[in-house]
Amino acid sequence: MNVSTAGSSVEPATTLRRHNLGENLFLFCREKPLGALAALLLLLMVLAAAFAETLATYDPIRTDAQHTLAPPDWAHWFGTDNLGRDIYSRIIYGARVSLAVGIASSFLGAVFGGIIGVISGYFGGWFDLMTQRIMDILQGLPLLVLAMVMAAALGPSIGNVIVAISVPIIPRAQRVIRGSVLAIREFAYIEAARALGIGHLAIAFRHILPNTVGPFIVLMTAQFGSAILVEAALSFLGLGVPEPYPSWGRMLSVSAAEFAQKAPWMVLFPGTAISLVVFASNLLGDAVRDKLDPRLRGA
Amino acid sequence: MHVYLFQRFITAFLTLFGMSVVIFILLRLVPGNIVDILFSSAGFVNPAAKQEIAHELGLDQSIPVQYGRWLRDIARGDLGKSYRYDIPAWQVIKPRIPVTVELAFFALLIAVILGVPVGVLSAVRQDTATDYLLRTLSLAGLSMPSFWLGMVIILFLVSWFGWIPSMTYVSPFEDFKAHVLQFLFPALAVGYRSSALIMRITRSSMLDVLREDYIRTAWAKGQREWIVVFGHALRNAMLPVVTVIGIEFAFMIGGLVVTETVFNLPGVARYLVDAILWRDYPVVQNLVMFIAIVVVVANLTVDILYGWLDPRIRYGVR
Repeated sequence: MNVSTAGSSVEPATTLRRHNLGENLFLFCREKPLGALAALLLLLMVLAAAFAETLATYDPIRTDAQHTLAPPDWAHWFGTDNLGRDIYSRIIYGARVSLAVGIASSFLGAVFGGIIGVISGYFGGWFDLMTQRIMDILQGLPLLVLAMVMAAALGPSIGNVIVAISVPIIPRAQRVIRGSVLAIREFAYIEAARALGIGHLAIAFRHILPNTVGPFIVLMTAQFGSAILVEAALSFLGLGVPEPYPSWGRMLSVSAAEFAQKAPWMVLFPGTAISLVVFASNLLGDAVRDKLDPRLRGA
Repeated sequence: MHVYLFQRFITAFLTLFGMSVVIFILLRLVPGNIVDILFSSAGFVNPAAKQEIAHELGLDQSIPVQYGRWLRDIARGDLGKSYRYDIPAWQVIKPRIPVTVELAFFALLIAVILGVPVGVLSAVRQDTATDYLLRTLSLAGLSMPSFWLGMVIILFLVSWFGWIPSMTYVSPFEDFKAHVLQFLFPALAVGYRSSALIMRITRSSMLDVLREDYIRTAWAKGQREWIVVFGHALRNAMLPVVTVIGIEFAFMIGGLVVTETVFNLPGVARYLVDAILWRDYPVVQNLVMFIAIVVVVANLTVDILYGWLDPRIRYGVR
C-alpha cells in the first residue's frame, strides 16, 4: 500500500493518468444518470435472482387449492394464480430463468457473431463474401420465427432455448463487429505489427479483437433486451422453458389470458417485470452506446 | 435503372434459394424424423403404416432428393398436406392470408402515422422536456412485449368500457364496424412497437439533416418553420426511415405471431404457431418459406423504392 502512494506522489501531473474503474463509474453516473439508474435496476434484478431463496416468500411451484386467484394483500404481495401459486415468489424465481436465458443467449450470439465478424472482416476475400451472404439469409428471417422453429426442432429445455435465441443474434453481431474490424484494420499500428512479422491470426485475435470491446458491449446490451422479449414470447407460446421452472413469459401464457378478467394481477405483474428489465437494458444500452460509440449518438 | 433492377432481382432470388436451404436443414435438426413424432403420442403403431407415411412424405429418399422434391412442389404451388386437418395445406392457409395482410397493413399504418410526426417533433425540439418525454415513450414501446400490451389493452377495455373486441372472426361484409374494431386493437399493440423504432430513426435522421447548410439557408431566407421542417428537411430525412420500415416489416411478422394468438385472429402467423405445436412439420416448413418470400419481396420493394427516391443509388453513384 505504501509503495503505491509513494509512486503516485512522484507523478508530475494526474491529468494524463487513466481513470481507474471507480472513477470511470463515477463519471458515467454523473454524465448518464438515467443509464446509471438502469444499471442499478438491472443489478437489483440480478441480485434478486441470485438470492431468490431468501427473497421469495413462498415455494414458487407449490399449489394451494385454498387460495386460488387471491388478490394482492399482505400474505400474497402480488396475489396468487389459478393454482394458488404466489405470483411474487414466481416472479423472483422467474427472474433466474429470464435473466439467465437473456444473458447467456445474447453473450453466446455476440461471441460467435464476433468471432465470425473478426475473421471475415480481417481476412476478407471469398470467406467474407460467403459469410456475408449466409448472414443476410439468416437475418432475413424474423427473429422470433427463426427462434420458434429452432426451439420446436430442438425440443423444450433451457439449453435449447438459449441456442434457439442466440443463433438469430449471430448475424446481427457479425455485422457490427465486422464493420469495426474493417476500420481498425487500416490503423497504422496494425501495419506496424505486420512489419514486425506477426502472424495474421495473432494480429486478428490479439491486436484487433480487444479493440472491438466497445461495440461488443454496446451490442450485448442491445441484444439482451430483445433476447428477453423473445424468451417471453417463446414461453408464452409454450415453446420456451418447460415446467416446472417459472418463467415470466410462461406466467403470461394461456391460463393467464383465461383468468385475466377475474385476476388481472396474473397479467399485470409478470408483464411489468419483463417490460421493466427490457426498458432498463434499453436505457443502459443507449447510455453505453453514447459513451463508447459517439458516432451513433441519438440514433 | 434496368441494370439495378436486374441485379436486385438476382440477389433476391439467390437469398430466397439460400433461405430455402436454411429452413430445410433447420427442420431436419429434429432428432428422429417427422413420422416418429407423428406417431410418438399414439403408443404402439403398425410398422407398415409408419413405412407408408414415410414413403408418402418422401422420407425414404436421400436428403438432396427430398430437398429437390420440396422445391419442385413449391414451384408448382403444392404446399403439401396438413396432417392435422387432413386436407391440402394451401386450403388452410389461403383464407388466413387476408387476415394477416390486413393486420400487418393496419399495424404499419399506425406505426408510420405515430412514428414519423413524433420523430420529427422530437428532433425539432431536441433536448427539451418534450423530446425526453417522447423518447421515453418510444423506449417504453420497444420494451413491452407486444402480446402483453395486447392483453393489457383487452383488460383496459373490459374494466373501463365493459366491452372487448370480438374473439371470433367477424367478416367485413357481415359487420364492418365490428370488423374494424376487431383489427384496430391488435394493430395498435403491434404498431406501437414498430412506431417506436420508426420514431427513433426519424429523429436521428432529422437531426442530421437539420444541421445541413441548405437548411440554414432556408431559415436565413425567413422561411416558415413548417416549410423548412416538412418541405426541406423531412424529404431528405425519409430515406433511412423507408429502409427501417422495410426491415421492420420482417420483425412485425414476429409480432403478429403472438398478437394473433392473444386476439384469437385466424391469421397465417397464428397458424404457424398451431402447426408447430401440433408438430405438423410439412406445413411449418412451407409456412416459414412463405414468410421468407414475403420478407424478401418486402425488402426488394423497399430497395426499388429507395432507388426511385434517391437517383444516386439508381445509377450506382456514391
